[in-house]
Amino acid sequence: MNFLPFFRRKTFARGIHPAGNKSTAGMPIRRMPFAPRMILPLAQHIGKPAVPIVRPGEEVVRGQPIARADGLMSLPLHAPADGVIEAIELKPSARGPWVNAIVLRVYEASTQEVRWATPPDVDALTPQEIVAAIQAAGIAGMGGAAFPAHVKLTPPKGTVIDTLIINGAECEPFLTCDHRVMLEYPQDVIRGIQLAMRACGAPRAIIGIEDNKLDAVEMLNRHAPADGRIRAEAVATKYPQGAAETLIYALTGREVPIGARSSAVGVLMNNVMTMAYIGRLIPAGEGVIERVVTVAGPSVVRPGNYLVSLGTPMRSLIEYAGAQGNEKQIILGGPMMGEAVASLDVPIVKGASGVLVMPEREIARRVYPCIKCGECVSVCPKGLNPSMLGMLAARREYDVMAEQFFIGECFECGSCSYVCPSHIPLVQQFRVAKGILKERAAA
Amino acid sequence: MSEFWAGIILAGAFMAALGGALALFLALASRRLYVFEDPRIDAVENCLPHSNCGACGTAGCRNFAEQVVSGEIVPAKCSVNPPEMNAYIAGMLGVAMGEVEKQVARLACAGGHHVARMRAHYAGLQSCRGAAVVSGGGKDCAWGCLGLGDCEDVCDFDAIQMNGFGLPVVATDLCTACGDCVEACPKSLFSLQPIGHQLWMACKNQADGETAEAQCAVACTACGKCVADSPAGLMHMDGNLAVINYAHNSLTSIASIERCPTGAIVWLTDGQVTRGHAAKKIVRVTPLPLAV
Repeated sequence: MNFLPFFRRKTFARGIHPAGNKSTAGMPIRRMPFAPRMILPLAQHIGKPAVPIVRPGEEVVRGQPIARADGLMSLPLHAPADGVIEAIELKPSARGPWVNAIVLRVYEASTQEVRWATPPDVDALTPQEIVAAIQAAGIAGMGGAAFPAHVKLTPPKGTVIDTLIINGAECEPFLTCDHRVMLEYPQDVIRGIQLAMRACGAPRAIIGIEDNKLDAVEMLNRHAPADGRIRAEAVATKYPQGAAETLIYALTGREVPIGARSSAVGVLMNNVMTMAYIGRLIPAGEGVIERVVTVAGPSVVRPGNYLVSLGTPMRSLIEYAGAQGNEKQIILGGPMMGEAVASLDVPIVKGASGVLVMPEREIARRVYPCIKCGECVSVCPKGLNPSMLGMLAARREYDVMAEQFFIGECFECGSCSYVCPSHIPLVQQFRVAKGILKERAAA
Repeated sequence: MSEFWAGIILAGAFMAALGGALALFLALASRRLYVFEDPRIDAVENCLPHSNCGACGTAGCRNFAEQVVSGEIVPAKCSVNPPEMNAYIAGMLGVAMGEVEKQVARLACAGGHHVARMRAHYAGLQSCRGAAVVSGGGKDCAWGCLGLGDCEDVCDFDAIQMNGFGLPVVATDLCTACGDCVEACPKSLFSLQPIGHQLWMACKNQADGETAEAQCAVACTACGKCVADSPAGLMHMDGNLAVINYAHNSLTSIASIERCPTGAIVWLTDGQVTRGHAAKKIVRVTPLPLAV
């Protein structure tokens, strides 16, 4: 085993150390049965929503495309099971507004067999063809942001990418789905990375993994090809190690300039599960119809990592995993950056990495005034001043927040809210501020 | 000793001479760089409310005064000033006061917590904008008023008060149509409407009729009766909602609302809300239990 000298651990400045709670790390991925009804929102990714190519009443088979991409910044959808399209109508989404979704009634006899595939000759594909195949497979970033993977792997013209960074840090507490994917599908991960390197022209790839998952580091290094162009490296276990800027800094020592993308420093970054699905689906010529989701939290009866069909309503997933108690808080994603959902009819989508069921606190935490202790300043991985930003947000001085205190650089990791002794909902205030600034910019 | 005093006198004289020279420079500069400004602008500005609310469409009261003096805008455009004050400005400048129909902010939602159910408790930042970023805020109707009073907070004129059901009520006499509430509402429920628009659609729920009615007792169920009862061209259905075309406002009558089964479409007179005869009576006054 790779012994890490404690003082030379790769990491970034500031950050926090929340309790890991990764009790599901030892639980192998298990498949969840089909829900009787799947809800497939047309916009499961950032960008333009997909355009349905089926009509209500039409029969579809597992793997069949049911919606096409609308332009470059868009992704198609595939049917997750054999069944009949029931409707295309407004359905609740995790973010709140109702969105157009395809509702699929699943046949009881539907099997696991994917019955719609066009395997290409993988070795003969050009970079452009790989990018097109990734779009046709409907793969969005599976770490949570759901940015279309093919757009991420197309560097802006004129930039040279020298390193592809694969994010296997999984710094969010509770979540272990990436960890299980690295342990159980290492060949898929490596094949995906090789395809991604061919697509973006990167000569080397580094997989960054927190050092609480050294078994995954070892597993991937064992499966990596002998030429040494792909290697897995351990980074310190610290939150938010898995954010783009922090992981790039930890692994390469490069800092992404304000307002720039990571390609500006010659780096592209992708999530490890995205790579695993690229490595599995592109050679098979299939579309993404399921993903690994961690179901955990103190109120879950059977926590674990489940292979869940996209479109499975949260209600079915929670019934299957079991949840105790009446009043609970359900979080989609990790506990730090995930969002509480208000409706159980919200489906699992491409970016859903975890479902956490927390017992509801009996009394809502009281918010006290800022005591200027500076804890938030000392943990902000971007070096911002969350205390000042919070006070400006309370006074609705959004323009000052943007121009003088760089609210646009905040990626909402939640470290400031986590350490605040006054329980000030800083990140929520920042989300509001960023939303209003975006509205003003659009107006 | 004398050397000491000589030093002080010399320093004093030097500073006085320097001060005099700079004062002369400033006096000349102010003469040379003088910009003539119409004194009437100051006079008009003094008659304005100094609220800088922007309801008139200018950048603020000073900008409004400049535009009034140059004749680009009529004094009546200031909706905050009482009409007598605008008449005084018009008289002072010798211009027509102009006529502007009074506008008020109106809320396109009637779903208080006694008629519209919640599907989750929200316990975070107590503001509508804050609630809206957490899964839409927990109200079953994703389009409806969250009731945490962002509009009440931003209103500079105390024209908005939250009522006992968690809905904002606009005092039409105090509202200046500045538009702050329009920007504040995360669900875009407020709009500025001329006071003559009496037929009002107080719902934005786009779900199908059955779902909408389960979410809120006063939701539009898209039955289309109001459209059928209105003169042709006045109303139409769009996205499970009835839409009023105010270009034909003169055709509106209270007949349009009479058969509305939920009372989603209403008739407004002087701040009084009239629901149709067929609208089901709302007797509940306490909040509805949480939907599961």
